[in-house]
Parts: sequence; C-alpha cells; structure tokens
Amino acid sequence: MSLVVNTAISNHPDPAWRGRITASLIALIVLWPLLIASEFKPWILLDAQSLGATWHFLASFFPPAHSKAFLLLILQATWQTIAIATAGLTLALLSAIPLTLLATESLSVSRLESGRMRLASTVVRQGARWLLVLLRSVPELVWALLLVRILGLGPAAGVLAIALTYSGMLGKVYAEILESSEAHATQSLLKNGSGRLAALLYGALPASASELVSYTTFRWECAIRGSVVMGFVGAGGLGQRMDESMKMLAGDEVSTLLIIFVLLVACADWVSTFLRKRLG
Amino acid sequence: MQHLPSTPPIIKPATLLFLVGLLTLVCASFYSLDIQWSLLFTADAVRSSVEFLRGFTPPALTWPFLLKVAQGMLETLSMSALGTGIAFTCGIMLAMPASGRFGAAARWVMRLALNILRSVPELVWALILLIAAGLGPFAGTLALAVHTTGVLGRLFADALENMPPAPETTLRINGVQPMTAFFYAALPQILPQLMSYTLYRWENNIRAAAILGIVGAGGLGQMLKYHLSLFQMQQAASVIIAMLILITLVDGASFWLRRRLTSH
Repeated sequence: MSLVVNTAISNHPDPAWRGRITASLIALIVLWPLLIASEFKPWILLDAQSLGATWHFLASFFPPAHSKAFLLLILQATWQTIAIATAGLTLALLSAIPLTLLATESLSVSRLESGRMRLASTVVRQGARWLLVLLRSVPELVWALLLVRILGLGPAAGVLAIALTYSGMLGKVYAEILESSEAHATQSLLKNGSGRLAALLYGALPASASELVSYTTFRWECAIRGSVVMGFVGAGGLGQRMDESMKMLAGDEVSTLLIIFVLLVACADWVSTFLRKRLG
Repeated sequence: MQHLPSTPPIIKPATLLFLVGLLTLVCASFYSLDIQWSLLFTADAVRSSVEFLRGFTPPALTWPFLLKVAQGMLETLSMSALGTGIAFTCGIMLAMPASGRFGAAARWVMRLALNILRSVPELVWALILLIAAGLGPFAGTLALAVHTTGVLGRLFADALENMPPAPETTLRINGVQPMTAFFYAALPQILPQLMSYTLYRWENNIRAAAILGIVGAGGLGQMLKYHLSLFQMQQAASVIIAMLILITLVDGASFWLRRRLTSH
C-alpha cells in the first residue's frame, strides 16, 4: 500500500497539477480580451526611453528632501490629514447613528407583535437602507471630486466626502452588528413595553459595544488612508503636497512624502490594533 | 464570613484618559481645520449647490456616448481583474518567504517589503507608475497589482502561519519532499481561504480601478475627470451611474463565486 502511494507521490509533487494547469490555461483564454482592453503591454516598461525616465526619477529620490521649511510644511500637512480623517469620521458618526437606529430591524416594535412590520415602518426602514447603500457605493474620491466643485478647494470637501461615504459604511455595519447580537434581551424589553431607545441602550448596545468600537477604530484607520488620497483632487493634506511634488517631478520631495506616509499609516495601524486588543 | 468584592468603578481611569484624549483629538481637528461651516449653509451656497446638482439631470444617454461608457466599463473591469490576478500570483510567491519558510531573516525582510507595498495606496502607486508605464490603463493595472500584492501577500502569509501544521509536519517527518508536502497537506487547507481573500480584494479593486483614472490611469475615472473638468455634468452623471452598476455587478459576481469556491 505504502509503495503505491510513494510511486504516486514521486511522479509529481502536486496531486492536482493537471487541473491547475488546465484552469490556468482556460483563465488565460478568458482573460485575453481583458488583456487587450487594458492595453497590457509589459514590454513598454523595458523601453529605453521609459527606463531612462524611470531611472532618472528614481535616482532623484535620494537623498530625500529634508530642508527645515519643507519638513515643517509636511508636518502641517500630516496633521491636516489626520484632522480631516478625524473630523470626517466624527460627522459620519453623527449621521450614521440615527440612520442605524432607523435601519435596524431587531428594534422594530410592530414586527414583534405580528411577525411583520407595519407598512410605514417598512418604508422608512428600507428608505434608510437605500440611503446607506447610495452613500457608500459612490467612492469617496468621487464625492470629493464633486464637493470640491461645490465647496471649492480645501479641507471642507475632504471632511464632507469622508462623512458621506463613511456614514454609509458605518450605518450598514452597525445595523448588521446590532442585528446579529443576542436579540433576547432587546426583545424582552420591547415586549414588556420599553421604548426603542431604552431597548437599544439596555439590550443590544452593551452586548455589541466592543465590536462597534473596534469597527469604528478600523474605519478611522481607513479614513486616514482615504484622506491622503483625497488630497489628489485638491482636498488638502499630504495628498495635495504629493500631487504638487509629482507634477514638478521633484523626486526628493516625493520620497520624503512616501516615507512620512508609510510611517503615518503604520502608526494608525498600530494605534488601531492596540485599541482593538484592549477592547477584545 | 466572606467580604463582598468592592464595587468596580463606573469608569476605569485608563478608559477616562482615553476618552479625554479622543475628545481632545476631535476638538483639535475641527479647530485646526477652521472650516467656515456657516458659509456652507447660507441661502446662496445652498442655491448654487442645488443648481450644480440639477445640472446632472438628465444623464446623457445618446448611443455613441453610451458605447464610450461601455468601453470605459470594460477597461475598468479588465484593470481590476488583471491587477487582482497578478497580485494573486505574486502574493503566493512572496507569502512563502513571508511566512517564515525560508528562515526568520527572509520572513522579516519580506514582511517589511509587503507592508511598504500595502501602505502606499493604489492611487499613489499609479502616479509613480505613470512615469514608467505612460498614461492609460496599463499603469492603473500595475498600480492595483503592486498594492494588492502587498495586501494579499500579508494575508496569505498569515494564513500559512496560522494553519494547523500537523498534516504537513507528518508528511515531512515521514520523508516526503518539501514541495510535495506543501501541495498535499498545506495548500488544500488554505486554498478556500486564499480564494475568498482574493475575491474580496477584487471587490475592493473594482472600486479603486473606477477612480484610478482621476490621475490619468484609464478607465471610468478618466472619463469622469474629463467630463467634470469640461463641466459636462450630464455625461459625468452617466459615468457615475456606470460606476455604480459595475461595482454592483462585481460585488454580485464575487459573492456568487465565493460561495461556489469556498463551500465544499
């Protein structure tokens, strides 16, 4: 028996290699039109002119720009990025919480009695859900692009873009967390005549508070990344500085910005992991 | 005689400190941004915003334009799919050293590299790669591939490290070659998880691909930027609707595929 297994193994290291090769070939054939549509031409990377330009640009990365004035400017931009993310997320919370309360099904009183919601509550609840879907489906950068046209250049557009997108995300996930938490306490409270808000505060919220906070922290980290990106359409912060440096092809400034940026994301990551560990 | 334990404090000092810090951060943010909120809500501002929004209706629906939008959708879809595909391949290859299979030093170096790839967003990669790859969807595809490689590589490495090691160790102890042991014992355990991570990233990447064009990397984003800068709001509205449709379609496809691939 063991002899048979051994010969089978020694034939090929991968037992499923035929299937994998076939799947890869089929995938390649199916993906062929996609390769054409996305103008996938790796050889232009090796073109002498492009190699020259890339080399020239990368060579200017060293040493990174470190004049005092520039660093001060960057420090300011970094704080602005953090501030945009924090302010945006605060505003998002302000609108996400009421929307969550509207969208959460387990807080429905009429559903408790008859198993079905009243028409009016269904309409309000579905309306809140669709609003949440719409808010989070439009990418934050598109919101920023539109808001820059309305509000003009500057951090206001970034703050509102984060507020809009993240209220959609937070509202949806909050409602999911509240609905998946132990429904027993909430339902007993509602059945015994407590108000919806009391049922939430005494029943659903204590059970899922740490999960809610942990998700919010994770989103804050995402918002920092997002607020950098939104600078590219003129919403302030590190992104705007990087856009300017890129346009001037100032490699040394770009490399400083990249370093600061990686450090900022690492810090946000670290803070968020630390907080989540404390809660969990 | 047992003493009752002392009642816990209503709020722990550490929590209080955290809350105070949080409040300070929020207040400092609003204060330093110095946004003129009152100016945003004057009758004049509201009127001009409504006028701006009204410019979006009705969306442009002429055939030649719709054809162009469809082409943009295909371009965006290809960018996201190819970027994710390349990242899947590179991610697995980089996850091997990053999961400590080739020593602690290789693990540390590779983890650092993956973290750097991951923490620079797609849009910034696109800007940098535009210089090497030129304007167009190819730069966008590469940008998605590079960023996603960082994300997937790290997730794959974690999956490799966290899986139960017993099956593979058993094979190795009994004299099976490392490659064979990996394919027989390790890969089947984690493949569903890898596929589900990849599909999840694809959903993310379709969103990213839709906006990468804003810096000139092709797809729907480039059309949006173009029409918005010419103040052709009705065309811009169609492009935004096309983005929403594409994102919804990909979400649906990915959900379906994930259920097919991971439920065995």
